[in-house]
Amino acid sequence: MARVVVDVMLKPEILDPQGQAIAGACSRLGFEGVEQVRQGKRFEVEVEGEVDEAKLADVRRLAETLLANTVIEDFEVRPA
Amino acid sequence: MTARVGVVTFPGTLDDKDAARAVSLAGAEPVSLWHADADLKGVDAVVLPGGFSYGDYLRCGAIARFAPLMSELIPAARSGALPVLGICNGFQILCESHLLPGALTRNSSLRFVNRDQVLRMENTNTAWTSSYDEGQEILVVLKSGEGGYVADEETLDRLEGEGRVIARYVGSNPNGSRRDIAGVTNEHGNIVGLMPHPEHAVEALTGPSTDGLGFFTSILGHLAAGTPAHA
Repeated sequence: MARVVVDVMLKPEILDPQGQAIAGACSRLGFEGVEQVRQGKRFEVEVEGEVDEAKLADVRRLAETLLANTVIEDFEVRPA
Repeated sequence: MTARVGVVTFPGTLDDKDAARAVSLAGAEPVSLWHADADLKGVDAVVLPGGFSYGDYLRCGAIARFAPLMSELIPAARSGALPVLGICNGFQILCESHLLPGALTRNSSLRFVNRDQVLRMENTNTAWTSSYDEGQEILVVLKSGEGGYVADEETLDRLEGEGRVIARYVGSNPNGSRRDIAGVTNEHGNIVGLMPHPEHAVEALTGPSTDGLGFFTSILGHLAAGTPAHA
């Protein structure tokens, strides 16, 4: 069994109110110099056998079908 | 013959009973449809009601979009043949299904908004909006946490240019929706997605008005006329 990681982030042009709220909390907590925070999601997908190009392609298809809404989100797939 | 309007129940759907009641009050026969049955029961139109299908897990509507029933609904709706109204979570499901452009995101306030809301009706030529007058203001209920309508500028320009914005918020924008958009339609005018809830504004006893009934009388008129709508 091996693990593939899928990171999903809102596209840069999509407003991220949650990230903005977190950035606001950073300065209130005294974490200076935090200019912006964008919040995303990380999926850890366990697959059978070794991670090869074919497996990565499967997970990529899974990501664009289900894990990410490509209207508003970008994703990256990589072996863990 | 009485028009038969299907109302879909997913796990976590809340407003199916209210939607069915609105269908009845408008004079049609509501038909309960179950998400796990790939069977539209021969209905003339479908309402995807509000709620939290599959607990809003992953993204609102993202899992409901793959329900067995949707495998029947999506091609029939996309072809322009089957009228579909998606309300709130139903609108989210239509966007996740790519039957409508754009997406619904977290309210800009990060708060769940629950209030009476005035809308301005802009496209009254769809299967679900023909009972209204263009420019008419109606009072319905808004209750959503992820109601912010977003799409890229090119898509927004195209929607405006093709008259596919069916309703806009009047007064302060409740959720950060781009260009105050409350609802949109597809190029055939048979699919409408609306974030606020017309089915909660159909009776004086329980709603802020009866303005919402027009969505349900519109579909009756559309089905009686027997002609496909054009946006």
